[in-house]
Amino acid sequence: MTYRTVLTGKHFMHGDHACAEGAIAAGCRFFGGYPITPSTEIAERLARRLPEVGGVFIQMEDELGSMAAILGASCGGKRVMTATSGPGLSLMMENLGLGVMLEVPCVVVDVQRGSPSTGLPTMPGQSDVMQARWGSHGDYALVAYSPWSPQEMFDLTVLAFNIADRYRVPVLLMTDEVVGHMVERVIIPPEDQIDHWPRKRPTGRPSGSGNGSFKPFSAEEADLVPPMVHAGEGYRLHFTGLTHDERGYPDMTAETHQRLVTRLVEKINRNADQIIRIDPYYMDDAQIVVVAYGCTARSARRAVRLARERGIPAGLLRLVSLWPFPEQLFNQLAANIETFIVAEMNLGQMALEVERVTKRPVKGVFHAGGEMIAPEPILKAIINNE
Amino acid sequence: MASIQLSNQHPLDSLIRSDRLPHIWCPGCGIGIIMRCYAQAILESGISQEKHVVVSGIGCSGRVAGYMNIDSYHTTHGRAIPFAVGLKLAKPELMVTVFSGDGDLTAIGGNHLIHAARRNVDIKVVCVNNFNYGMTGGQVGPTTPKGARGTTAPYGNPELPFNLPYLMGAAGANYVSRWTTIHVRQTKDDILHSFNHPGFTFIEVLAPCPIGFGKSNNINDGLEEMELYRDRCVLVSDGDVRAEELTIDLREERPIYVGNFIDRDQPPYRPIHLENAQ
Repeated sequence: MTYRTVLTGKHFMHGDHACAEGAIAAGCRFFGGYPITPSTEIAERLARRLPEVGGVFIQMEDELGSMAAILGASCGGKRVMTATSGPGLSLMMENLGLGVMLEVPCVVVDVQRGSPSTGLPTMPGQSDVMQARWGSHGDYALVAYSPWSPQEMFDLTVLAFNIADRYRVPVLLMTDEVVGHMVERVIIPPEDQIDHWPRKRPTGRPSGSGNGSFKPFSAEEADLVPPMVHAGEGYRLHFTGLTHDERGYPDMTAETHQRLVTRLVEKINRNADQIIRIDPYYMDDAQIVVVAYGCTARSARRAVRLARERGIPAGLLRLVSLWPFPEQLFNQLAANIETFIVAEMNLGQMALEVERVTKRPVKGVFHAGGEMIAPEPILKAIINNE
Repeated sequence: MASIQLSNQHPLDSLIRSDRLPHIWCPGCGIGIIMRCYAQAILESGISQEKHVVVSGIGCSGRVAGYMNIDSYHTTHGRAIPFAVGLKLAKPELMVTVFSGDGDLTAIGGNHLIHAARRNVDIKVVCVNNFNYGMTGGQVGPTTPKGARGTTAPYGNPELPFNLPYLMGAAGANYVSRWTTIHVRQTKDDILHSFNHPGFTFIEVLAPCPIGFGKSNNINDGLEEMELYRDRCVLVSDGDVRAEELTIDLREERPIYVGNFIDRDQPPYRPIHLENAQ
């Protein structure tokens, strides 16, 4: 028998499986991971599927190794992914930083559970979203998306691979146990309708001499993204986690450090418009704005609908992308809107961002995790703040 | 009478990033000798230099990646091996060598080391063992002999060291040997041999670290440590050496066994590929 790469058609599919199928459809051909609830189904699906499409699946000894292995495989030219939950994400932070520093495209899925520490392995949480932004040491920027359905587990996984390659950056898929374990309709498009943005690659041929004659970290001014060279292509490249110049050589100076770190952050900021995804509901005339993401946004949409039925001008701003934070949008909104309610399954993390940017006190509907926030407390917050 | 010809070139020029010199290593350090063996082995391997990749972790030995003029990755502390595993499985036609130190590979990277050996992934590991953490200034580590001194063991190291060939043999490595920096030809030949020996190979090379290890342990310079190797090293021929005999302690008048300990022919790790895979 032959195997299908893209399972085009209408499915009743598990969220974690939809993520795995999104990866296969996007051309992911290397997965290195370590089992952890509630993400394990992604690894299990890929253990079955990757060998069918000529890809590599390897179960690593831990999440430190998983993250290092996908970076190595990406440097060999593959599209790569790993999947984990909070405790594993903590271990991946080390080499996530290396991925940022070496500008190695990769996709990291975090199916969030109740945290901190071992927390609630089988129950949902959204309390890793600040760790996603700041968890590795140092200043840096990366990209994070937050699917709210199995359909988006597929769609945003495809997008995550494209963004990772386009901007040479690790992309996180910050989902949660509810969405990961939800079974719902998933429509997988025909193969030729799946976006594939190729990795930016050097145009010149390698001289073969090495010795700094080629500059693998020379970024183009337009997007600040240097073309990616892979191992074995004759460039005699050097990649180091040390502060490096355009040749890739270590350069222990404040000037080079300032230039490099600034570019790594600016490359995301400058391209934020292409990266950010927002899904608005009833926002045209909204006076009260609910901000939510992931599974909580499902309850928030219901709450906003109920509020509208009562004649309250509430709207939902669903953050499809979490990082970079849509500062411009919230700036604009703050000009006309006084009340922002943030609903999230943590004790107030993205709420800090909304507060920072809008400069308005934010009403929080928070829960430490373990169960989905229902529509009622969100509706109550809307009514109380009318 | 024969005339003397001077050359401005060295056979290894193409393999060294001369624009990165001078290097950071201390006088008497053994890492350069082992790096030279590696470069010579690449030159003699018959494998295109474009196909050779070196992956290093952190530390003095980890700096080798920055001096080799081939595709080179200087990764995080302890993670050179899983990075190399990913790279090798993604692009099997590459000859991937992990060149790093004992602290990097066996302490912080110890878990990756044993699992890569267990899987028998086709990567070549060259482990520089200088019995201490040199770059950070002579702290003890998992290879420091019991009783030896270091800056974090001013009263003597209370722990027992790993003995690496025994560990690697038990973990499942296909090929394991040990040399010292006085065994330049053997080291070069063995690295060259490992390129043609499929599976996980591990070559430990004992190296002087006069500033980090020597100064705390009454070894005055690199040359003195090399003399210790010369006087005490015993070549094993049959490879059957028990754990306690592989223990190294430069302060004791006992043999340091060198040579090849493990030479297996187990098939290397291969990811599952289905017959009709696309």
